[in-house]
Amino acid sequence: MLDAALFRRWMYAMAAAVDREAGRLTELDSAIGDADHGSNLQRGFAAVAAVLEKEEPATPGGVLTLAGRQLISTVGGASGPLYGTLLRRTGKELGDAASVSREELASALGTGVGAVAQLGGAQAGDKTMLDALLPAVEALGSSFGAARDAADAGALATVPLQARKGRASYLGERSVGHQDPGATSAALLVGALAEVAG
Amino acid sequence: MSAGKAVGIVLVSHSAAVAGAVAELAKGLAGGGDTAPVAAAGGTPDGGLGTSAELICAAAREVDRGAGVAVLVDLGSAVLTVKALLAEGDELPDGTRLVDAPFVEGAVAALVTASAGADLAAVEAAAAEAYDYRKA
Repeated sequence: MLDAALFRRWMYAMAAAVDREAGRLTELDSAIGDADHGSNLQRGFAAVAAVLEKEEPATPGGVLTLAGRQLISTVGGASGPLYGTLLRRTGKELGDAASVSREELASALGTGVGAVAQLGGAQAGDKTMLDALLPAVEALGSSFGAARDAADAGALATVPLQARKGRASYLGERSVGHQDPGATSAALLVGALAEVAG
Repeated sequence: MSAGKAVGIVLVSHSAAVAGAVAELAKGLAGGGDTAPVAAAGGTPDGGLGTSAELICAAAREVDRGAGVAVLVDLGSAVLTVKALLAEGDELPDGTRLVDAPFVEGAVAALVTASAGADLAAVEAAAAEAYDYRKA
């Protein structure tokens, strides 16, 4: 079973991963976006880590809803409301349980991913974070490692796609050939989960 | 403006200069004395380009007179941030609405309508109607 302490370690691991990969995320975003994805997520997850240290929520749901709220209020780009909605909706879905199973997390994460799709009006194949998250949620039913691998594969599979959402969509065919930064950071989030829970 | 309770207008742009200038433009064109309250929420708190939930919430509270707040936005993250804040439920004043309208034209239409004492639905309709005016 996964408890609040593990969910906090997940968020810390994500903050560390975003720190480590900020340069690469920004490089990917400079190809098809506005070159701030790395720094935005760095700022957002640093704030998440700080608020979790201070408030120490007692449940997995509490950890994720607090983290999501923090992302919405601190990130100045689209990744804030998108990741914020993902974590908040997932957290709300987990409710007040003191600990949850991997299957329960997979189901709640599915709801969170659905909320992200609704917020951004995107679907699979639009070259967004959903291309990493959707296969990861499905694979999370099997194992944490499978979810990580599915997210990584999903992020890589965005390379040949043409962007249909966000700033990258203005580039049309010129967005083809670049890995989507949002799918890449989403794979980091799933990788961080596998790192602490796998 | 006859009614004491006017609809408030919030203008959310990626740029503080754009949000501020559009607010000035709308006030100038709404003209003729007092206008309904309008506030700009542009860029990030440190003056950069982007969207700030903090500035949006502060602007909405500033213009809220109890008759609702119409929020007009420019691009991507401005749209998503306002939608996410509305989904939170308790971040923005009651009766806050994201208005689907062109930013500049919608802002002028919204402020003129709100300054005439119209309610939130009428303000929203006037702003959205700006989409129907083709330029070529």
